Amino acid sequence: MGAELGNYKSCVSARSTDKELLKNAQDGGIVTQLFAFALEEGIIDGAIVAANKEFYAKYPSKCIQDSSNLDMIEPWRPIPAIVNTKAELLAAAGTKYNISPNVALLKEATRSFGLDKIGIVGTPCQMQAVRKAQLYPVGLRNVGASISLAVGIFCMENFPYQSILQLVEDHAAMKLESVKKMEIGKGKFWVYGKRGQVVQLPLKITHKYEQPGCHVCLDYVANLGDISTGSVGSPDGWSTVFVRSKIGDSVWGKAMAAGCFETQPIEKVKPGLELVTKLANEKITKNKKTLEGRATFGVGKALRNPYI
Amino acid sequence: MADKITVGYTHLSGCTGCTVALADNYGGLLTLLDKYVDLKYIPTLADARHIQKVDVSFVEGSVCINDKLAVEEIKETREKSAIVVALGGCACYGNITRFTRGGQQNQPQHESYLPIGDLIKVDVFIPGCAPTPELIRNVAVMAYLLLKGTKEQKDLATAFLTPLMKLTAKNEACGCDLIVDVINQGLCMGCGSCAASCPVRAITMEYGKPNVERDLCIKCGACSAQCPRGFFNTDVISQYEAINEAIMAALQ
Ligand SMILES: Cc1cc2nc3c(=O)[nH]c(=O)nc-3n(C[C@H](O)[C@H](O)[C@H](O)COP(=O)(O)OP(=O)(O)OC[C@H]3O[C@@H](n4cnc5c(N)ncnc54)[C@H](O)[C@@H]3O)c2cc1C
Ligand code: SF4
Ligand code: SF4
Ligand code: SF4
Repeated sequence: MGAELGNYKSCVSARSTDKELLKNAQDGGIVTQLFAFALEEGIIDGAIVAANKEFYAKYPSKCIQDSSNLDMIEPWRPIPAIVNTKAELLAAAGTKYNISPNVALLKEATRSFGLDKIGIVGTPCQMQAVRKAQLYPVGLRNVGASISLAVGIFCMENFPYQSILQLVEDHAAMKLESVKKMEIGKGKFWVYGKRGQVVQLPLKITHKYEQPGCHVCLDYVANLGDISTGSVGSPDGWSTVFVRSKIGDSVWGKAMAAGCFETQPIEKVKPGLELVTKLANEKITKNKKTLEGRATFGVGKALRNPYI
Repeated sequence: MADKITVGYTHLSGCTGCTVALADNYGGLLTLLDKYVDLKYIPTLADARHIQKVDVSFVEGSVCINDKLAVEEIKETREKSAIVVALGGCACYGNITRFTRGGQQNQPQHESYLPIGDLIKVDVFIPGCAPTPELIRNVAVMAYLLLKGTKEQKDLATAFLTPLMKLTAKNEACGCDLIVDVINQGLCMGCGSCAASCPVRAITMEYGKPNVERDLCIKCGACSAQCPRGFFNTDVISQYEAINEAIMAALQ
């Protein structure tokens, strides 16, 4: 087990056994299925997820209160929201390739939403935020101990909303509201239209649109999630799952026993952990270089390094 | 008794919210006092309030420089303590005792209050308004390990406390620090920790980045200290599970 994949107790390739759920999910429906199970079992009493405009229209009181009103929310802009039912979970499934500040709801979840046992999904950096919130709760009183299931999703990079707008509407020449799904995989950025059209952009084009903060990120597979998951390593429609913490182990065990997932040994699937390891190393090596570059960026002047 | 660390609590111009936050550790506080901490003096919670020689002093509140006693007390606190911890936004940054806080009007007395770091050297900051019971607890446990622990525990405590020690380099805080030190440095990744940690809801997330309502900001320093791109000591935070368990076990 190399450091680039973090600590984990077990790793499998998995997908939800719920066919309806899989229709809404990005990959193997791991996140949505885990939260649905945890809600049902009372392991969590709500989960922070990335919803969207349609969700907001239906469940406005479940969404983060920022200064937007419905008219101002664009298609594919993620809205952090708190879900308490499977229907709400399904409405928020699927990957939005732009920033959803899910951690912004962490305190509010325990306040006006009244949660005692919070589930939260997020990128590796958001899992870092969650753990920092538990160990250094500077402004997060009575929050840390309420975090009952943190599910991390693999992440190579994220995009500001304006970048996704540019990529989809300019480069892929599709209207955002006509897009059914976006995906990064097999070295391409894929945009699937509701009418069945598919556009692929080489990642060479997308790189310059990435969020700058991602270029100092040293975690690909959400090392600090209780459980972390992503598509890489597993066949289409399946997900690679790392079970990491004691909480993660316990929840995963119960979900397996309840028949939530079908699994295959990760050693048996293609491309398997080899590809995950390779991509993790590529990301970490590239971003370590960026950090080193920042240290000597000016003449006797460095750009700030958050890790020291 | 001999194995405990001695702790004092100096109360200057603060609203007692920090004291309440300390007390809000409930049973944990009692265990702390029972096993690890000999609390020598603390106004409000105990009769003893005279500054004494201690290992660690927590200081609540800023210093009113028109109050001779306050100025003497902060100096005496420094002279008599091995470690001085500025507890809460007022001690660290002046917070609500100073001008430009929370959209109030400018008042002449705001010019009288200094963060304690303007008068003495401070070793550790615990920002926030109010600071959280949990962080006060964690710092207290780490201070204990630093002074009384094994070599390994001392190393952990040093690693844990280092970022909070580095915060003392600056006696000013503002929500704008997020813009200056995080966004303008190309480091923000849009997690939203800052918005969650603001006690006055001065921060909203706009397209994944914090937007700070400066007139609401009380300059407590919570947001930038909570930001994972403010500081992130991977070695310590990666051990979150073991450290949390150890702290909970110690306070059983
Ligand atoms: C920006 C980004 C980059 C990614 N990069 C990779 C990668 O390089 N390799 C890889 O294998 N996987 C990557 N993923 C993860 C992958 O796209 C899937 O999200 C993951 O496999 C989970 O699929 P699922 O079917 O289990 O989840 P689902 O059941 O579909 O649930 C997904 C959950 O994630 C939440 N979510 C969606 N978008 C966001 C967001 N922007 N921020 C926080 N939460 C969100 C949803 O609300 C939902 O709850 C990335 C995801 C994101 C958001
Ligand atoms: S690349 Fe890193 S910093 Fe960027 S969104 Fe993904 S996990 Fe966060
Ligand atoms: S913006 Fe930051 S410094 Fe200002 S009040 Fe909010 S948390 Fe405190
Ligand atoms: S906490 Fe830091 S990294 Fe997260 S959104 Fe706020 S400024 Fe950005």
